Amino acid sequence: MSQLGERAKKAIEDKGLPIIVDEKTKLPLYVDVNELPLRYQFGIAKIQKFFEGLREGKIYMTRCRKCGEKFFPPRADCLKCLSQDVEWIPLSGRGELLTFTIVNVKPPSFAHYKDYVVAIAEMEEGVRVLAWLNVDDPKKIRPRMKVCLRTVKRPEGYVTYEFTPI
Amino acid sequence: MRDVAIVGVGHSVFGNRYDVRLDELAFEAFKEAISDAGLSAKDVEFVVCANMGGWSAEALPAVLCSEYCGTLPKGSMRVEAACSSGSAAIAVAYNLVASGYVNVALALGVEKMHESPSPVQVELIGRAGNYFWEYENFGMTFPAYYALHATAYMWKYGLKEEDLAEIAVKNHYYASMNPKAQFRTKITVETVMKSRYIAWPLKLFDCCPLTDGSAAVILADEKTAKKLTDTPVWISGIGSATGTANLSTRDKLLKPGYTGLESAVEAAKQAYKMSGIDYENAAKFIDVACVHDCFTIAELMAYEDLGFCRRGEGVKLIRERQTYNGGLVPVNIDGGLKAKGHPIGATGCSMLYALTKQLRREFAKYASPEAQATIRHGRALAHNVGGTGHYAYVTILSLEKPHA
Repeated sequence: MSQLGERAKKAIEDKGLPIIVDEKTKLPLYVDVNELPLRYQFGIAKIQKFFEGLREGKIYMTRCRKCGEKFFPPRADCLKCLSQDVEWIPLSGRGELLTFTIVNVKPPSFAHYKDYVVAIAEMEEGVRVLAWLNVDDPKKIRPRMKVCLRTVKRPEGYVTYEFTPI
Repeated sequence: MRDVAIVGVGHSVFGNRYDVRLDELAFEAFKEAISDAGLSAKDVEFVVCANMGGWSAEALPAVLCSEYCGTLPKGSMRVEAACSSGSAAIAVAYNLVASGYVNVALALGVEKMHESPSPVQVELIGRAGNYFWEYENFGMTFPAYYALHATAYMWKYGLKEEDLAEIAVKNHYYASMNPKAQFRTKITVETVMKSRYIAWPLKLFDCCPLTDGSAAVILADEKTAKKLTDTPVWISGIGSATGTANLSTRDKLLKPGYTGLESAVEAAKQAYKMSGIDYENAAKFIDVACVHDCFTIAELMAYEDLGFCRRGEGVKLIRERQTYNGGLVPVNIDGGLKAKGHPIGATGCSMLYALTKQLRREFAKYASPEAQATIRHGRALAHNVGGTGHYAYVTILSLEKPHA
């Protein structure tokens, strides 16, 4: 149960209603007696190859067989010519850094991580990728720095991809 | 298409509004706008409600607010364009009146962010990009999206964190005079520089706050407007554009990218064309502007995206105080999102509230003579961005009727 939920429960036990008082403003707040857990599920049948690739240590982009347009994130439908015939091409992993930030204030879902560096790099295939940059000291980050994109296993056990400096 | 005028505006106090629920908050702006227009609730023929929601419980805000304000059984809808929902509501209401579908339409922006604790708000707004590819594994936050632009801009043009701080200082200065602003305290560059990093290189004082608030704008056709007021404020141009959901798939024109918002450029050019404004010299056509300064870097990029200066020269405008009142073009002299507050769905309507009062020369009395722009051209501009250029709306207001 969330912290707010705990406070509501205690208020109900004490006074028969889920009403708490905001510490700063001293205003009364009625706390929702319902809690809505949200976890979504995504259809990935059309881009399953990408996730198979991650398991094998590969990061795929797609290219339209009809007009040659390249896509990352990969997609199976071409936005240029509307063809649905794409080929799957593994990225070489070589790229150059375009920009980065350090996420100091993190969302609750990522609160268990140390401050992480998010970067965007241009890959030699011409597509751009947004991912974490695994670097000891962000002060060493330079414009157009050469980076390598590779798969990585997160502490939670799932595979994703990250940049590392070359 | 008929000409459309703003005949009434209303605005709640912005801030942490633990004292009210969503519909009560909407009522504050509604009541003021209706009274400003000299109308009654029954005269409103359609309600376009701008609300992002997620952090607040009510799923049907347009209905809830319509009932509370007493506009039933008139038609309503909710529109979403993230932080530019308010301008999207204006665009819809404008078209409802311009087309002749109704004579009086209400754009009602309202947001109650503090119905959820702050960390939940951070989580939800961080998802406002492409959730699956850029949040799911990488935990982006909203400041982080703009921080990627700040870094790119610093690398390309030699911008310093102190320059960004100057924008915060300006907007806090003007918010200190705005009776409805969330932060009414002046700050210094030191205040900003000493604040903690939220998403490097952006610090706490580079960021707008989480805000509850509402703002309302009543639009009417020419015949109705002329009956109601001697100073109708006309909508002379609206531009809108959409950027990519993924930051990694955008910026085909700005090399190497992330130093501006291409959707904002597109929206500006559309609005300028409609209003007869020259993009290269836009500042010379406009008396006062509200731009989307959710983060200090956003205001800087807006100067360039709107054609107030050339690429890379936005920092010069700040260093020379050209966007203070009396400068080349006064920007955010109502305090901006940065210090007035940014209740997501209400912000676009809040901008039009301030600009309408500016053009009517009422801002001196409302805020301070120091915050009243000199009205020479009779034109004002609102630049309202949703997400990080995911949506962009530019609206031009004019004292001159658009068509003879």
